[in-house]
Amino acid sequence: MNADERAPAQDQAGRGAEPVDHAGRADAWRPRLRRGIMLRWDAVRESDILLMPERVVMLNPQAGQILRLCDGERTAAEIAGVLAERFPGAPVGTEVPAFLERVRDQGWLG
Amino acid sequence: MIRPPWALLAELTHACPLHCPYCSNPLRLVRKPAELGTADWTRVLDEAGELGVVQAHLSGGEPLLRPDLAEIVAAADGSGIYTQLVTSGVGLTAARLDELATAGLRSVQLSVQDATAASSDRIAGRVAFDGKRRAAETVRASGLPFGLNVVLHRLNLDRLDEIIRLAVDWGADRVELANTQFHGWALRNLGALMPTRDQLDAARATVLAWQERLGGGAPELIWVLPDWADGVAKPCMGGWGSTSITVAPDGTALPCPSASVIDGLDAPNVRDHPLRRIWEESAAFARYRGTDWMPEPCRSCPAKEADFGGCRCQAFALTGDAARTDPACRLSPDHHLVQAERPAGPLVYRKP
Ligand code: SF4
Ligand code: SF4
Repeated sequence: MNADERAPAQDQAGRGAEPVDHAGRADAWRPRLRRGIMLRWDAVRESDILLMPERVVMLNPQAGQILRLCDGERTAAEIAGVLAERFPGAPVGTEVPAFLERVRDQGWLG
Repeated sequence: MIRPPWALLAELTHACPLHCPYCSNPLRLVRKPAELGTADWTRVLDEAGELGVVQAHLSGGEPLLRPDLAEIVAAADGSGIYTQLVTSGVGLTAARLDELATAGLRSVQLSVQDATAASSDRIAGRVAFDGKRRAAETVRASGLPFGLNVVLHRLNLDRLDEIIRLAVDWGADRVELANTQFHGWALRNLGALMPTRDQLDAARATVLAWQERLGGGAPELIWVLPDWADGVAKPCMGGWGSTSITVAPDGTALPCPSASVIDGLDAPNVRDHPLRRIWEESAAFARYRGTDWMPEPCRSCPAKEADFGGCRCQAFALTGDAARTDPACRLSPDHHLVQAERPAGPLVYRKP
């Protein structure tokens, strides 16, 4: 093999979420992590992380919570619903779908 | 406090069906009888997970030559470590890949030497291209993330356009266009492999044109100009002893895959010490960690926290002193060593 840089890039995801208007968006999407992407708790760094080829993404606690609900069964709206129950008063209705779409744009959710 | 490593490069064997003249394995290869056994690797992966490693590249040589590869994958997976197989593709049948995926393998990186069978086989030193094409189909069919790795040099850079076309045709998700780094066998082949500046300029334009054409779609093209060409030192592995551990087939633990070349490094072995002790306490891993060891011009340079003075192995290979500023850096007093254009030379294939 060639000795290129074998260290994974580390970056941060899920910092803040700009509210987006989702009125009229199809609610049929049942997000799940794409094949080859692994979500786990990193006990050493005390953080949720996403693992993928050549890359590690450290997630903030909210991002980790949302992605853990992406099981391919719940719709995006249902995920927002679960979180609304857990965090009454938080603006999950707009923030969660916006976050999910950004993660999908990264190619991590399908 | 010493931050934990993210990644482990597990060189499971130096044995390989190919003979690539740019191989980064050391000139003195570890023979089969000296290799770590299954139980050793299982323990190492367990210790790695505890230490904070979350990713392992299972590499070599050719890792498929290890009959216990699935057990090793399962051990990594059991420690929560994401595994990527780094393979020449020789011997990657659908049944074998299925066995590995079942054991927990998460992704595959396949190497290819050039765009056509004739030229790829010439560089590999054996007929392998058709097997690689079949391996690519197998990986595609499995649905695992599929990376292609092409080491670039004087003999294939002029076909970069066709190489990228091949990656598109084979359905790769990601292509690493890795310019040869002159360590190990590549250094033996400096004359034959050192590209010209014109080749590099043309290649960079080719990559940009393809990136535009692909418009963010697959495959993702990873291209890094070689350090000697732009005069900017690269932070090898994110800095010595900062993000990654290499374990060689015989258990030697190294801060970087090429570091076995450095005389007097006295690298520890996983047979003798737990990985945590090696990472946190060994002199070899501490030697060039951080910035305290640096000479001038690095010591007073604002870039020192970004590139950590470049590659120690390259400094050693070119100047005989691993503690000098990387000659690839344009501020290095040794920079002239990497500036000379090399006349083409004959190819020396990796043996055995
Ligand atoms: S660079 Fe070539 S010869 Fe060296 S291990 Fe990789 S495939 Fe084998
Ligand atoms: S002098 Fe040292 S720290 Fe500064 S850019 Fe060059 S290699 Fe990096």
